[in-house]
Amino acid sequence: MTVIVLMDSSDASKQALALARKFGEPQSVSMDAVQPFAPDALAAILAQAADDMNASAVVAAGTERGNEVMARLAARMGLPLAANCIDAEPGDPTTVTRQRWGGSLLEEARLHSPRPLMTVAPHTVAADSGPPPAEVEVKPVAETDLVVRVVDHVSPSNGGVSLAEAKVIVSGGRGVGSKEGFAIIEELAGLLGAAVGCSRAVTSAGWRPHTDQVGQTGTKVAPEVYIACGISGATQHMAGLKGAKRILAINSDPQAPLMLNADYSVTGDLKEIVPAISAEIRKRR
Amino acid sequence: MKVLVCVKRVPITGGRIVLTDDARAINTQHLGFTISPHEECGVEEAVRLIEANKGESVVLTLGPPEAVEQLRDAMALGIDRAIHLKTDGQEWDAESTAAALIEAIRADETSNGPFDLIFFGNESADSAGFQVGIRVAYALARPCVAGLKKVTLEGSSVRCEQEVEGGRDVYVVPLPAVLTVKEGLNLPRYPSVPGKMRARSKPMAESTPTRPVPRLELVKLAVPAGQGRRAESLGAGSAAAPAVVEMLQKAGVL
Repeated sequence: MTVIVLMDSSDASKQALALARKFGEPQSVSMDAVQPFAPDALAAILAQAADDMNASAVVAAGTERGNEVMARLAARMGLPLAANCIDAEPGDPTTVTRQRWGGSLLEEARLHSPRPLMTVAPHTVAADSGPPPAEVEVKPVAETDLVVRVVDHVSPSNGGVSLAEAKVIVSGGRGVGSKEGFAIIEELAGLLGAAVGCSRAVTSAGWRPHTDQVGQTGTKVAPEVYIACGISGATQHMAGLKGAKRILAINSDPQAPLMLNADYSVTGDLKEIVPAISAEIRKRR
Repeated sequence: MKVLVCVKRVPITGGRIVLTDDARAINTQHLGFTISPHEECGVEEAVRLIEANKGESVVLTLGPPEAVEQLRDAMALGIDRAIHLKTDGQEWDAESTAAALIEAIRADETSNGPFDLIFFGNESADSAGFQVGIRVAYALARPCVAGLKKVTLEGSSVRCEQEVEGGRDVYVVPLPAVLTVKEGLNLPRYPSVPGKMRARSKPMAESTPTRPVPRLELVKLAVPAGQGRRAESLGAGSAAAPAVVEMLQKAGVL
């Protein structure tokens, strides 16, 4: 049995490959098979390959692109798709465990499909360490599948520390109180060479741009230290923090969910505590 | 022009998710409801497009009788009319949801003319299948661009920006098109009191589709085990600053 895997060079792809091996001998289609990126064309290539090889399943990483291409494949083939699986067992039906709510909830489900289509949630399955699978021979695609394609690329304009790659993030929530209140957050971030983050309440209030938002519908982060100031810790926010190594919560409410689920906590008024930390750092220099 | 936005009623989960006794749903007894964050931006974009270009904006949902609240909320923000595909509260999988929406869109377009743009959220906040908008686009044979942070009309085309690592990819597709959007596309407005008043008298169409047997069949839900963090207190107030700095030094970031 052959299983088709949509792959790029990322770890997420190798994790998807590991899960795919349960469904057969993998053969890969490269995310770069069509340049520039054209998701309908990739879906067409996957569909053709799956039919040609009578594939048992088609699997991709649950990245933005992986989910997008697989949804197009599912629509094209008229099959169900289980997105962001953390486990799957072949069978009739296939059983899957998949993420909901950005990983705050898990769903056990039966996938009734002659050809299971699945994406694998990043960082939930150990990466495959075996040799890369053979690549499927790619046939030319129809013009109609190239209508949706990348025609240009715009580089980001801000020169600050990127949230997704920051080693340290100082993040503010509703407790910061105002747009101006972020001055003390920025000051501490500056001293630590950190990125500034925020919760959804803050972007909804217009205090910070959405590019600063950490969470399920913002950026998912993986810093060494995440300092959460005046953030209660709704599931929406926590979904973005799963990769953080150490979390320090500063909040006046010791019972706030984030105060209980952090590694370190400081109770009290962030407007006093944050400047005091900045002062302490300066003092020791 | 005519713009449609599709939304889904979801609970506001707050800090901790509690399941029903049969573990097949979230216990929403003490929760408020909203639409998925990405969709809020879809509603805002639809309202802005019609403000700028004239025409009609429509909101469509598949959901329980209470989803009327979310449709009225959208109309309070400026959407002109609503279509409610009523369910009995049972969850529909993504494939079935898309099928019901496709049928409703075809019926509405037959009576009222085609939509130039159809907006979806990139994924729903709750079940997060990443596929309903794309399925609808395929069935209607319209181009679909996904995960958008910026949408600009350019005559009979639409320019779309999708956030990717290291910047944004740009797509330009002809209308009519289906676009799935993400939070950050715009900053949604708050409803005004007159807006809420007007929403009460805006037209709302209803139908009750039959739920197909789902091919992605929910068995049960589980709250994943925590990451085992139990916060160590570094103190209270500004007196905690030295302990915080020592922690930062130990973590190797200072």
